[in-house]
Amino acid sequence: MKWRAIPLSAWIGLAGIAAALFCAIFAPLIAPYGEREVVGDIWLPIGGEFLLGTDNLGRDLLSRLIYGAQTTIFVALAATVLSFSLGVMLSFTAAVVGGWTDQGLSRLNDLMMSIPTLIFALIVLAVLPQELWILILVMAVLDSTRVFRLGRAVAVDITVMEFVEAARLRGEGRLWIIFREILPNTLSPLLAEFGLRFAFAVLFLSTLSFLGLGIQPPEADWGGIVKDNKDGIIFGIPAALIPGAAIAGLAICVNLVVDWLLNRTASLKGGRGDG
Amino acid sequence: MVQDSGPAEKGRQPQGSLAAGLSGPPPANDGGAPKPGGAGLSGLRHRMPLATLLIQRLGLSALLLLAVSVVVFLGIEALPGDFAQTYLGQSATPQAVANIRAELGLDRPAVTRYFEWLGGVVQGDFGNSWASGNSVTEQIGLRLGNTLFLAFWAALVSVPLAVGLGMLAVHFRNRWPDRLINVVSLGAISLPEFFVGYILILFVAVQGGWVTFPSTVYADMPFGQRLEAIILPCATLVLVVLAHMMRMTRAAILNVMSSPYIETAELKGLDTLRIIARHAAPNAVAPIITVVALNLAYLVVGVVVVEVVFVYPGMGQYMVDAVTVRDMPVVQACGLIFAAVYILLNMSADILSILANPRLRHPR
Amino acid sequence: MADMLDVRDLKIGATAYPPGEPPKDIKIVHGVSFTLEKGKVLGLIGESGAGKSTIGLAALAYGRGGVRITGGEVLLDGENILDLPASGIRDIRGRRVCYVAQSAAAAFNPAHRLGDQVIEAAVRHGVMSRSEAWERAKYLFRVLGLPDPDSFGRRYPHQVSGGQLQRAMTAMALCPGPELIVFDEPTTALDVTTQIDVLAAIKRAIEETHTAALYITHDLAVVAQISDDIMVLRHGNMVEYGSVQQIIEAPEEDYTRELVSVTESLKQEAPEQSEALLRISGVDASYAGDFKVLHDVSVHLPRGQTLAVVGESGSGKSTLARVITGLLPPSKGDVTFNGTVLPPKFADRNKEQLRQVQMLYQMADTAMNPRQTVRDIIGRPLTFYFGLRGAEKTRRVTELLDQIEMGTGFIDRYPAELSGGQKQRVCIARALAAEPEVILCDEPTSALDPLVAAGILKLLLRLQKESDLSYLFITHDIATVRAISDSIAVMYQGRVVRFGPKSKVLAPPFDDYTDLLLKSVPEMRLGWLEEVLATRRMGSAGH
Repeated sequence: MKWRAIPLSAWIGLAGIAAALFCAIFAPLIAPYGEREVVGDIWLPIGGEFLLGTDNLGRDLLSRLIYGAQTTIFVALAATVLSFSLGVMLSFTAAVVGGWTDQGLSRLNDLMMSIPTLIFALIVLAVLPQELWILILVMAVLDSTRVFRLGRAVAVDITVMEFVEAARLRGEGRLWIIFREILPNTLSPLLAEFGLRFAFAVLFLSTLSFLGLGIQPPEADWGGIVKDNKDGIIFGIPAALIPGAAIAGLAICVNLVVDWLLNRTASLKGGRGDG
Repeated sequence: MVQDSGPAEKGRQPQGSLAAGLSGPPPANDGGAPKPGGAGLSGLRHRMPLATLLIQRLGLSALLLLAVSVVVFLGIEALPGDFAQTYLGQSATPQAVANIRAELGLDRPAVTRYFEWLGGVVQGDFGNSWASGNSVTEQIGLRLGNTLFLAFWAALVSVPLAVGLGMLAVHFRNRWPDRLINVVSLGAISLPEFFVGYILILFVAVQGGWVTFPSTVYADMPFGQRLEAIILPCATLVLVVLAHMMRMTRAAILNVMSSPYIETAELKGLDTLRIIARHAAPNAVAPIITVVALNLAYLVVGVVVVEVVFVYPGMGQYMVDAVTVRDMPVVQACGLIFAAVYILLNMSADILSILANPRLRHPR
Repeated sequence: MADMLDVRDLKIGATAYPPGEPPKDIKIVHGVSFTLEKGKVLGLIGESGAGKSTIGLAALAYGRGGVRITGGEVLLDGENILDLPASGIRDIRGRRVCYVAQSAAAAFNPAHRLGDQVIEAAVRHGVMSRSEAWERAKYLFRVLGLPDPDSFGRRYPHQVSGGQLQRAMTAMALCPGPELIVFDEPTTALDVTTQIDVLAAIKRAIEETHTAALYITHDLAVVAQISDDIMVLRHGNMVEYGSVQQIIEAPEEDYTRELVSVTESLKQEAPEQSEALLRISGVDASYAGDFKVLHDVSVHLPRGQTLAVVGESGSGKSTLARVITGLLPPSKGDVTFNGTVLPPKFADRNKEQLRQVQMLYQMADTAMNPRQTVRDIIGRPLTFYFGLRGAEKTRRVTELLDQIEMGTGFIDRYPAELSGGQKQRVCIARALAAEPEVILCDEPTSALDPLVAAGILKLLLRLQKESDLSYLFITHDIATVRAISDSIAVMYQGRVVRFGPKSKVLAPPFDDYTDLLLKSVPEMRLGWLEEVLATRRMGSAGH
């Protein structure tokens, strides 16, 4: 793969994602203060002693942001990996097996997709206790419907190709067909979709936390930090905008990379798929 | 917030049109006799495909709505754990839990409660709130209007803008206006609504002082004042929805523009305006309608966050407050209504696409 | 008579985007020249990639995709249209020069009526008023043999058949009364029995309106019926250019000679044909619902021989292949192989049964997994059926590559790096790797250029002799049937209308359909079309 073929926008995206991942992994090492440490006065402005100022309780905003990166990215990534695995597994099975399995799964999927995600999440979270793993599970299951739809469309496109029929007629088992015939040909669109799902998970998680239904204090993801500081807006305090900008920044970076992935001609005749 | 439903935004034609360049694709059938319209239902489907499809869609949506009502109401029963326990929290005594269960009516069988609730809903009665004891229907009556008002104006502004910008982007395809629109819209779809909202509040309301915050509206408010009050929340909604819609309309139009009949029109020496207006537009109507409807459906949901940010007295605010305190009748009622609007919009998109298809309007 | 179209030293280029590399400029046409007089027809013939469509479109000063005209002149009545501004070019297109595309179904706008689209160019260019144009359209529909010419224009594209659409497209090109029409493979996508009608209609229309025409095709037999002159193209260069008599009867260049004589090789029919290796008895088959596709089909294939199953689209020949392989269980009847009845569903067959019947597909592109190398593709059956791995497998793959006349250098290539003929050869090697007894060939040469197809047929015949293979060869091309079969089954609308040894099937007396079919195949001699039209008894099937 030619490095020069990657456009500048994709480089920026990759750099942003790398930075966020770095913060997430090495948070305790690079954060100047603790996550809950009160270090100064409430809502100190940017610059000065604390790089990004302090939040509504006097905690260092930069440190909160770095720890927030850890929470946001890990929860969003966990939810995405889970939803993706579930969605891809179910959709590929539906595409390959066909018949009633396909019909049943697709109808179920349609039903779940006919309720808007946020509303569905609100209803479910109103009932379930507020645990982290429940939150991840809810996000994963709801998001898997979108992955299912794309995965099925992509898999069906491949399934009707003659080389899949040739493999079937050879006597190959279902697992071989899914993993060795279909999957390698769907990597490009699936990878792009993974990116999109991750960006969505970040935004969705932040929204839930902002509404008070996501990550519960004292842990905080970026959405939660926005919620903590939102009252300052009326007084002209921009503290809530900083975690908001972080969320937006990460989402933009992921979208830039996804855009690049989608732009590469993923034609079926591409052979090695690096064209 | 990233769009989580709707067609993929890829506007590029799928590569590898296998028959292109190879001589001798499978011969087309020239047996031109149309299939005879048989007797009975299948004949009906053949002679009036349009009507049959429309009825099918309506029926399907009704069924879907019913299924959703089941999910919304009975889903609670299916979820693990004891609801009464969760409602009171970990430290509740068994006696308190039993009391609350009786008070909330949770000791009665679920199916009975479902049909009671459904019966009430059909007559317009959503029960009473557990938190305040007030009639849910009454609150909804006040708030639904507010939400729809906000959503309506956001739609009115964003739809023409999105379609117009999409066309512009296609006209200047790959030149700087298109690239600029692409970059800006990419940024816009990555912004969470609350971020946009707070930026607007900070700079327009607080520092600029042009609009008041929060956006309070009340009954009998004069129309002009009401419009003024929703300027900021409306703008927030528009900004996010516009970006999504525009990218999708651009993709839909590009798809149409790369069709072979557009090339034929060019080879007939027709001018660009005629090609776009007479050849591209009629075929772009269906995909664009689908795009718009999908985004409008999203709008009705995006309204939730915006209402919380701007403390706007609508359905979204109502539902979020209820979820926080686990006020189930409110949650269920709001959930059902949101889902119903969503389903209605999706169904309309479906139906309009069907109507726009010439194969169905003029069967063989 | 003065030249209406004078093309001088035309050079055309394009930008190629090879995967993983920066885009580069390539040349498609390297300086081609020809002239065309008013009322005459010039046939442009060549294989795919020869540049004939590109040259045809250049006559309209148009380049499809990233194609650009880089040099030379295109003189229309002495005026170089390449120098005209955009408005001038638009004025010429649709008024003085018109284009008939290969796929009429795709070229018509589904949202508008046919008549409106047919008259659009004439009206917009101010050639005639709307009512005059409508009258002319009706006249043209009549000349072209379309049903109900007066009301035909009110229909929508999806309401008429492929052959009718192609004729409507011709009407659309003729309506403004242009000086020149460019026909871009107009009958390639049609059944052979429809093709003859459309061809005749086009010829009649051109003669009546005295329009000049560029007729682009890869089928020399077709172009021989309709042109006055022929230009043979290859890789963007002119190979030979002369009158149709000279090209067909006395070609000078080797390449032209090859094209002219491509259908002449014949296989000697095998004498003993009663003992069957594969037998299909009384098979009925239907798709979802009660839509019956095959009715009481009974044929058999003796060992070491080729049974050609010939029919047009809708005849059920591909469905027969699906029944034999077990993809579509028959509702009645059975398939017997080597004396044993095969389980109707392929999932119920054991490995041995699956191994013994292999399949070749029409589109070699989609018949191979693009992410696998030639080694993987050919090697998988070796591993799957015989457990070969590692060095042993490689050795056998090399042997097979040798058999299909491709070198070991291909072993690590991907399908995208192979040409059309090479891809099909690899598919053949894959089938051979299983050491089958029967190979089901589902139109394996239909998508290939005539010379490449001839090569594949020769290869298949050679392999048959070497390994005593039996072929069930499905095709719609009579010439191929003559070249390779021992016995023939003619199918029409799901039934076998004629079955037997080649010599008997191809000799009169014929049933009506076989008669029509055989008569519709264009022969490489002048005047054939006129003969057939004159002796036409049966009305065109499915007009």
